[in-house]
Amino acid sequence: MVGLHTSDIKNPVINWIDTRLPIFTMMQKEYGVFPTPKNFNYFWNFGALAMVNLMIMIVTGIFLAMNYNASTAGAFDSVERIMRDVNYGWLLRYVHANGASMFFIVVYIHMFRSLYYGSYKKPRELLWMIGVAILLLMMATAFMGYVLPWGQMSYWGATVITNLFSAIPLVGDSIVTLLWGGFSVDNPTLNRFFSLHYLLPFVIIGVVFLHIVALHVTGSNNPLGIDVKSSQDTLPFHPYYTVKDLFGMCIYLLVFASLVFFAPNYLGHADNYIPANPLVTPTHIVPEWYFLPFYAILRSVPSKLGGVILMFSSIAILFVLPWLDTSPVRSARFRPIYRWMMVAFVVDCVLLGEVGGRPPEGIWVVVGQLSTLYYFLHFLVLVPVVGKMEHPLPLPESISRPVLPSGGGPLPAGYAAKPMEKV
Amino acid sequence: MSVHRLAAVAALLTGFAAAPAFAQEIELPKQNWSFDGPFGTFDKAAAQRGFQIYKDVCSNCHSMKQVYYRNLSGIGLSDAQIKAIAATVDVPTIGDDGQPTERKGLPADHFKSPYPNERAARAAQNGALPPDQSVIEKAREGGADYIFALLTGYTDPPAGVKMGDGMNYNKYFPGHQIAMAAPLSDGRVDYIDGTKPTLEQEARDVTTFLAYVANPEMEERKRTGIRVVLFLAMLSGLTYVVKRQVWSDVDH
Amino acid sequence: MSATAHATGHTPGDGHPEDGSKRDFLKMVTAASAFIGVGALAWPLIDSMNPSSDVLALSSVDFELAPVALGSAVTVVWRGKPVFVRHRTAEEIKGAEDVSLNQLIDPATDASRVKSGHDQWLVVIGICTHLGCVPLGNKPTDPRGEWGGWFCPCHGSQYDTSGRVRHGPAPLNLAVPPYGFVSDSKIKIG
Repeated sequence: MVGLHTSDIKNPVINWIDTRLPIFTMMQKEYGVFPTPKNFNYFWNFGALAMVNLMIMIVTGIFLAMNYNASTAGAFDSVERIMRDVNYGWLLRYVHANGASMFFIVVYIHMFRSLYYGSYKKPRELLWMIGVAILLLMMATAFMGYVLPWGQMSYWGATVITNLFSAIPLVGDSIVTLLWGGFSVDNPTLNRFFSLHYLLPFVIIGVVFLHIVALHVTGSNNPLGIDVKSSQDTLPFHPYYTVKDLFGMCIYLLVFASLVFFAPNYLGHADNYIPANPLVTPTHIVPEWYFLPFYAILRSVPSKLGGVILMFSSIAILFVLPWLDTSPVRSARFRPIYRWMMVAFVVDCVLLGEVGGRPPEGIWVVVGQLSTLYYFLHFLVLVPVVGKMEHPLPLPESISRPVLPSGGGPLPAGYAAKPMEKV
Repeated sequence: MSVHRLAAVAALLTGFAAAPAFAQEIELPKQNWSFDGPFGTFDKAAAQRGFQIYKDVCSNCHSMKQVYYRNLSGIGLSDAQIKAIAATVDVPTIGDDGQPTERKGLPADHFKSPYPNERAARAAQNGALPPDQSVIEKAREGGADYIFALLTGYTDPPAGVKMGDGMNYNKYFPGHQIAMAAPLSDGRVDYIDGTKPTLEQEARDVTTFLAYVANPEMEERKRTGIRVVLFLAMLSGLTYVVKRQVWSDVDH
Repeated sequence: MSATAHATGHTPGDGHPEDGSKRDFLKMVTAASAFIGVGALAWPLIDSMNPSSDVLALSSVDFELAPVALGSAVTVVWRGKPVFVRHRTAEEIKGAEDVSLNQLIDPATDASRVKSGHDQWLVVIGICTHLGCVPLGNKPTDPRGEWGGWFCPCHGSQYDTSGRVRHGPAPLNLAVPPYGFVSDSKIKIG
């Protein structure tokens, strides 16, 4: 039996497979009995939701591609044909279009959760960096997908975003010509965007797999941010978290369905129902809502290269965040100052989104510059300095005994008033 | 605009329905439409009158390329009526002798465009291109309310406003100067069903028709949506109870 | 919700205490509902691959018979498939009618394959019932096989002047599409 795996599975067929390819044992280990901290709150549902969302996007996308025509002459009409003539085509398209928004909602919440509870900190730095890579891939995929219906926003969004690369000194224009496959956004551009839009989600699956592998090496963080001490602190993933994820998924699908069935164009732009016209730019061009904060950062400096560098830095900075944070404590629950910094940071991001959606005029220019400044101030100054200066509250001894035994210090402020689990 | 949308997303997440808010320079009067809300349906009689207006008025300049004659079944016309309507147009085709010729339209044909191509349209329209109306209800911020407002928003220009050559003043058109002259007026059409053709009635009817052609799936979509939401609500309840049970032996 | 009823049938027997069986029942209802949900999700995806309304709307064509000379055949396209319209001679009709049914691989009378009163017109889908090739026989220079109908070049199937298979490997006669005579000189296929 050298080289064969000893499987515990009773069913002879599954046992035969499992001894040769232990995927069943692996699933049992990673998703069956996997020891998971018992004190997750509902913010820990969003990783599973992102996974579900990715699957929904891929499946609907595959069926949409069966009816889509990637050519400047046929793209708009083929999308309308999907909406009007293909059986349930309207459902596929609206799920796919709103699914992009849902994906970003879910992933942004997932990220803010990580920021609040310090999930990016040691030993989960690489897990976090892989996550940021997923975000970048998602952004590229979403951007190229938005070009495919070939409406006015598709066309001008593609033009503006690809032109970002022209800011690069010396080779910028050549790069843009290369990206376009011509001298403007045109048929070759649309074709390659379609090809890449189909490819990248599968790359995302690969990187998500790495993300999960890394997660299962370190184990999950938890709302207290302290390490798991004993088996008393954990529960097997199944059935406790499978059923909890299932419940979270139902609520997520309720929100998703409300958008798809009752307000399918709410998050979109009316202008994208006008076929692309390379000779007329819409009066007010803005990206989809999930790019607005980055768009605001791009516009905050009156320099082409400066804006582009700043925008890419705003994501690049996330890669080094684990080393910018100097605090010994993970969870913001025990970090009285950082907790308020997080509130301010969320407000700042929403503000950036608001600025990104408005024409750069009057007061909004200043607001945009200040909120951009604060974005970088948060990561580059506040996070490292506050991490050193702040006096964290006493940490609980363990997850299963969240309060120190008698004489272990006062309860953290707000802790007693707010039970750590809703259930 | 973005904060409205973000707020709406947040509201949806917390279970509140938020009213859509459009960032419009000019406030659009809010109309009541039969197709509003999660239970909304198209008022078929209004849509049929609206089709009559499209056919008699709009289609002289505006194309509706995405729409087929067979789609008229969605506003309640019978197969025979649709066949008769389609047969009134001549569709270019290639004859058995290989020469261009024309045949009678069929329900499977697209609505015939008033002009063969964009240049012909511009040449006939003083250089302006009347936009295609297939999805115009979705392609304008404000949707049906905007179309209704535009159609009823023609007035004399306020004192001091200098109008461009051949332009018309409209309260609701961005920039207020629109190339299209007021298309509707009291008594513009004689309704087959005897409804009194006031300007408001005509505008309301044609807007209903335009909303239908832009969203032919709407009634099916909302019906399905109600079922899906009810099903998910039930499943949420069930999974919540099961979750409580599974977690009941955990001390946490 | 038949799955629910099914689940109920099982629970009382497994000897759990009252509370336990109630729990199992709930889990089964939940699992069954979730499966129904996933099944309902799959249907739109599958159905999107069925012919769309624009394809179905084009499912009939009119065809003028006058130009088809006696003894010749033409190919008409219907739903993307070739349809053979053949103007049969009296001799060919007689030949088709006189065959006794027990000589046929797929027995069918000639009368069942044409419209009565129009038996000079044979309308069949021009796709060999073996593996989908288009048989030869419409052009004057084409081989028409031993039975004077059509000859399939792919695997040698032969059809008679009623489009019935007379020599394998094809198992079935050429299919007759749904059609009708709009007038004596015009048919509507589909």
